[in-house]
Amino acid sequence: MSGLPTSEDRLRSLMLASLAGDSAAYRKLLADLSERLRRYYRRRLREELSAQVDDLVQEALLAIHARRMTYDPNRAFTAWAFAIARYKLADLLRRSRAQAHVAIDDVADFLADENAPTGSAADLASMLDTLPERTRGLIRQVKIEGQSVAEVAASAGMSEAAVKVAVHRGLKALLNRFGRQP
Amino acid sequence: MTAELIERLAQDLKPVPANALLRMLGIATAFGLVASTTAMMLWLGLRPDLFEAAGTPIFWIKFGYTLALGCCGAWAASRIARPGESGRLPLAIGCLVVLAVAIAAGISYVTAPPQERHAIVMGSSALVCPHYVIALSMPLLIAAIVFMRRMAPTNPTLAGLSVGLMAGALGAWVYSFHCTEAGLPFLTLWYSLGIAAVVLVGTVVGRLFFRW
Repeated sequence: MSGLPTSEDRLRSLMLASLAGDSAAYRKLLADLSERLRRYYRRRLREELSAQVDDLVQEALLAIHARRMTYDPNRAFTAWAFAIARYKLADLLRRSRAQAHVAIDDVADFLADENAPTGSAADLASMLDTLPERTRGLIRQVKIEGQSVAEVAASAGMSEAAVKVAVHRGLKALLNRFGRQP
Repeated sequence: MTAELIERLAQDLKPVPANALLRMLGIATAFGLVASTTAMMLWLGLRPDLFEAAGTPIFWIKFGYTLALGCCGAWAASRIARPGESGRLPLAIGCLVVLAVAIAAGISYVTAPPQERHAIVMGSSALVCPHYVIALSMPLLIAAIVFMRRMAPTNPTLAGLSVGLMAGALGAWVYSFHCTEAGLPFLTLWYSLGIAAVVLVGTVVGRLFFRW
C-alpha cells in the first residue's frame, strides 16, 4: 500500500480523534463534511427546494453530532456519513411531498367555501379564468357546485380518472401561479 | 451560520467510549430482562418441577429456541441501529431457526401416535401462552424502543422489527421458566405466535416512531 491518503483515510482518522474527544480534529471534520454535504445537496435539490440546502446541511451536521456513537470504527467512515446525508435528504423530500399535498387540499377547501367574502369570490373567479376553459368548467362543477366526479364525467364524456386528473392538475397550476405570492 | 453551528458542536464534544452502542443495547436488554423476570416470578412463578425439567431435552429446546431468536433480534438491532446497515444476516439466521424448529415439530407431530397429537399441539395452556409471552415481552420492548430512538436506523421499519423480535423472543425465554408444556408443536405454534405479535407491534412502532 502506498500513495496519498484517500479522503476516507483522512476523514476516518479525524472521526476517530473526534470520538476520543479531540475538538480541533472535530472542527476540521465538520468543516470538511459541511462542504461535501453542500455539494451533494445542491446537486440534488432543485428549484423550490434549493433554498433549503443550508438548512439541510445543518440538519445533517446535527444528526452526525447527536448520533456519532452509531459509527462503527471497523466500517468505512464515508459510507456512514453518506448514509446519514442520504437519509436526511430522503426525509426532506418526503416531508416536502407531504406539504405539497396538503397545500393542494387547502386550495380545494378554499374553492369550495360558499361563505367566502365577496372579495375572495372575485379573486377566485379571476384565478379560475387563468385556466383553460375545459379545466375551469371541471373544477367549478366538482369543487364549487359539489357535483360528484361520476356525474361530471358522464356529462363531459370523460372517464372518472380523467376528470380527477384534470381537476388535480388545474388546482396544482393555480397553486403554482398564486400560492407562492408573498 | 454553518460555521457557528460547527463551533457550537465542537464545544459540545464529549468523548464517546468504544462500543458505546453495544453497551447501551446491553444495558437496555439487562433492564428489560430484570423487569420481565421479576414480573414472571411474582406473577406466574417458576415451574415447580424446574430441576426435573432441566433433565429433559424439550426444556432445553424451548430455552434454546427462544434465546437463539432473542440473540438474532439483538444482533440485528445492533446492526440496524447504524445508518446504512440492514441487519439482514441475523434476521435470515432467525428465519432459519424458526424453520428448523418448525420442521422438527412437523416430524414430531407426524410420528406421534394419533391419540397424543392433540396434546402435543394444544397442551393445557395453548390459549394463554401467547398472552403471557406478549405481557412478559413488554418491559423488554419498551427498553429496546428507548434504545433505538437514540440510534440512527435508516430503515425504521426493519429496526422496529428487530427490536420486536428481540423483545418477543426474550420474553418467551423468560416465560419458558414458568411453562410446563412439553410438545414441540406447541412450542412452534404458540410461543411463535406470541413472539410474532410482539414483532408486529415493534414493526409498527418502528415505522411510526424511529424517524430521526
